[in-house]
Amino acid sequence: MAYSDKVLDHYENPRNVGTLDKNDPNVGTGMVGAPACGDVMKLMIKVNDSGIIEDAKFKTYGCGSAIASSSLVTEWLKGKTVDEAYAIKNSAIAEELALPPVKIHCSVLAEDAIKAAVADIKAKQAAKV
Amino acid sequence: MSASIEMPVVKNSEDGQHPIYLDYSATTPVDPRVAAKMIPYLTENFGNPASRSHPYGWTAEKAVENAREEVAKLVGADPREIVWTSGATESNNLAIKGAANFYSGKGKHIITITTEHKAVIDPVRELERQGFTATYLDPEPNGLVDLVKFKAAIRPDTVLASVMLVNNEIGVIQDIEAIGNVCRENGVIFHVDAAQATGKVHIDLEKLPVDLMSFSAHKTYGPKGIGALYVRRKPRIRIEAQMHGGGHERGMRSGTLPTHQIVGMGEAFRIAREEMDLENARIRRLRDKLLHGLETMEEVYVNGDLEHRVPHNLNISFNYVEGESLIMAVKGIAVSSGSACTSASLEPSYVLRALGRTDELAHSSIRFSIGRFTTEEDVDYTIALMKSKIDKLRDLSPLWEMFKDGIDLSKVQWAAH
Amino acid sequence: MASVYFDHNATTALDSNVLEAILPWLREQSGNPTSRHAYGRHSRDAVEHARAQVAEACGAYSSQVIFTSCGTEANNFAVKGMLSHRPAAQVLTSAIEHPCITRPALAMQSQGYISRQIAVDANGKVTLEALKSQLTAPTSLVSVMLANNETGVIQEIAEIAEMARTAGAFMHTDAVQGLAKLPLNFTDLNVHAMTISSHKIHGPQGAAALILDKRVDIQPLLHGGGQEKGLRSGTENVAAIVGFGAACELATANQKHYAVHTQALRDQFEQGLNTLKVRVFGSNVTRLPNTSFFSVDGIEGETLVMALDRQGYAVASGSACSSDSTEPSHVLLAMGVHADVARGAVRVSFGANNTAAQVADFLAILRNEILRLKQLTAIAA
Repeated sequence: MAYSDKVLDHYENPRNVGTLDKNDPNVGTGMVGAPACGDVMKLMIKVNDSGIIEDAKFKTYGCGSAIASSSLVTEWLKGKTVDEAYAIKNSAIAEELALPPVKIHCSVLAEDAIKAAVADIKAKQAAKV
Repeated sequence: MSASIEMPVVKNSEDGQHPIYLDYSATTPVDPRVAAKMIPYLTENFGNPASRSHPYGWTAEKAVENAREEVAKLVGADPREIVWTSGATESNNLAIKGAANFYSGKGKHIITITTEHKAVIDPVRELERQGFTATYLDPEPNGLVDLVKFKAAIRPDTVLASVMLVNNEIGVIQDIEAIGNVCRENGVIFHVDAAQATGKVHIDLEKLPVDLMSFSAHKTYGPKGIGALYVRRKPRIRIEAQMHGGGHERGMRSGTLPTHQIVGMGEAFRIAREEMDLENARIRRLRDKLLHGLETMEEVYVNGDLEHRVPHNLNISFNYVEGESLIMAVKGIAVSSGSACTSASLEPSYVLRALGRTDELAHSSIRFSIGRFTTEEDVDYTIALMKSKIDKLRDLSPLWEMFKDGIDLSKVQWAAH
Repeated sequence: MASVYFDHNATTALDSNVLEAILPWLREQSGNPTSRHAYGRHSRDAVEHARAQVAEACGAYSSQVIFTSCGTEANNFAVKGMLSHRPAAQVLTSAIEHPCITRPALAMQSQGYISRQIAVDANGKVTLEALKSQLTAPTSLVSVMLANNETGVIQEIAEIAEMARTAGAFMHTDAVQGLAKLPLNFTDLNVHAMTISSHKIHGPQGAAALILDKRVDIQPLLHGGGQEKGLRSGTENVAAIVGFGAACELATANQKHYAVHTQALRDQFEQGLNTLKVRVFGSNVTRLPNTSFFSVDGIEGETLVMALDRQGYAVASGSACSSDSTEPSHVLLAMGVHADVARGAVRVSFGANNTAAQVADFLAILRNEILRLKQLTAIAA
């Protein structure tokens, strides 16, 4: 499998690996995938009171493309509003990383992880009100 | 002693072009002594061994017969029981289809094991398409065949059984003597794929109750493209030829014999016979060192029985690490993995699945196979590399984090996608 | 060891350039082409490079090249494999085919196929009229060799293929003797499948290929790891395949020179034969440029070959592949040659490295040996 330089870069030097405090009311968590499918992505975002994503962390069990996809989106998410984050499309991820067709599902998973994290933070905020 | 023979390769390089070779079960380099013996038969001693009318042919024929003797000697056979083929795949095809077809009047049921090489499984499947029936026995979780279950699988119409001596993925050694005795008692022809066994375990066909046995040169420091099939003479086993033509190899296998390759196989098997005991002791020390080094990590699982196993093989699953990323991480070493990511679909090793391993553990497995040119430094490097890369991947792994938090992953509801 | 080699249709010495290409694959660490690490990928690249060289040499596409271990395997694969997907009807093979075509065809009779021979004329050529009438019966496969190993006679393959196709049959040609000796083009020959082999063209033993039209369904001969796109399982013989590729590239580059050079040697030789009262087979029709097959009245071919060997010349009495048999050549019998004459047959097949001086010396020796043997027989009689 030939990986693009960008995938290799994210794989070798993943950005924003780690976890945030999941009990923090400003932290949303999205976990998607399943071990049996070969990918599990956990994405956490910290949103400030203005609705801006201040921090993003990930952990991924998966192939190089899955790791790169999640690493890339943590970079993209920082500074975006929750709604802007929600609008990120998998095609943009796939294009940026030059994913081959068999690896498109990794970008889909990353998009799903963002949506799940955003849904989590929205649910938390709704509960707060 | 073999340690003085070195392969001219650049080692220990991180450029991805010359990783440390730990894939001796996939193929071995040609031993320099073997190559030296082959080269004259590529140059001045060329000739078709079937050419009876001039010395070019005679020299070739003599070399072929010397090599046949060497192959026979390693496995305790008579040279007349050795038939040359293009490799173990052809040997397996010839043995299984050849015997099944010849003896089909006696019955049309075949027994084999789910962990056999594809070159055994696929010919059996092909025979099923031709009207045979087959039982594919699962081994025990340690990879070994249970004799009681094997016995129970025999039917009145069972004509042939095929069980490998040494498994290519997990290196376990089957008790072919016991299995062969059961076959004898029941009048079942017994074929053994020994492609991974030569030079690793002692084989004495004079005593073993085996009727047909497949060999390969390129797993034992010989060249690719040459193998042999042992066909027992007493009691005589008959096989139907699968390749017809000039009637070479007493009609069992036609085709021009590649003299230089045969010479190479003979020399490789001679070296194996003379050096295997010393070599295996050295390789066992290296393997055990590798095992102990890797076992210091948590959540690693050895696949297959450790006791009934060739010293060359170590197959380990690293839990909570995904297989493909693992392969990317270990580019400094050349190994095989349990996940086939060349294909679009992730297909875990069918051998590890047959042992009852989960898909995840099968995917995250690595087969280290050690050989003649592996050094202590290679093993040290490999241990250090594996530790640092597994640590890194586990730091990235949400599953590892959950495991460390005491979460039972089998009870987690995963969001399927 | 004989010093002059005139048996190039049996096997050929490895070209030194080919040897250079092979040696790294015997001397250095190399992987299994199936392996995904750097060593495996390196081997895979080498196999694919060789595939392109082989394709180029025979006017085929790389995707049409299926590597096998030898010509016999490729021919068995073609006959048995193609028939397995065809109705159990007639299989036509020419009367001068190698046993590795006729025997698999006969073996398929147990599955209901009917193996029949196509006659050849006195020149050793397939008689198209006879073939035409044979093709009126339902036919699954026709196999006719491009050039005969003994006589060197070349068949009208494209024409025969057209007849076979019209009759709804598949067409295979064993072109082992044609590669490198003739301009060879798979597409122009119009066949469904074609066999070529490495060791006949100064490549190593251990590699051959079936060139196959991918629209043809074929059943593999060897089942297993699924190499060669599932059509030929078994670890690729990388060294031999690399050598085959290199030999093909050389053959393509040297083909014109080869044809001119060996034909000159053969003409020189046969002019010399004129004075010796010998009969040359197939000389009225187009033959391979390098091959001369002749018979001396009253002398056993085998005896003459042995005598020439003692003088340092390696020639053949017939097909090298018929082990142990002293049967007269089936090719000559099929041409209607009397068995006694056929027993006298000797084949001389030249190569690019043979010289006019060698041929001149050989003619002198041959003349002496024939005289000597005739005297011996005369005394014995």
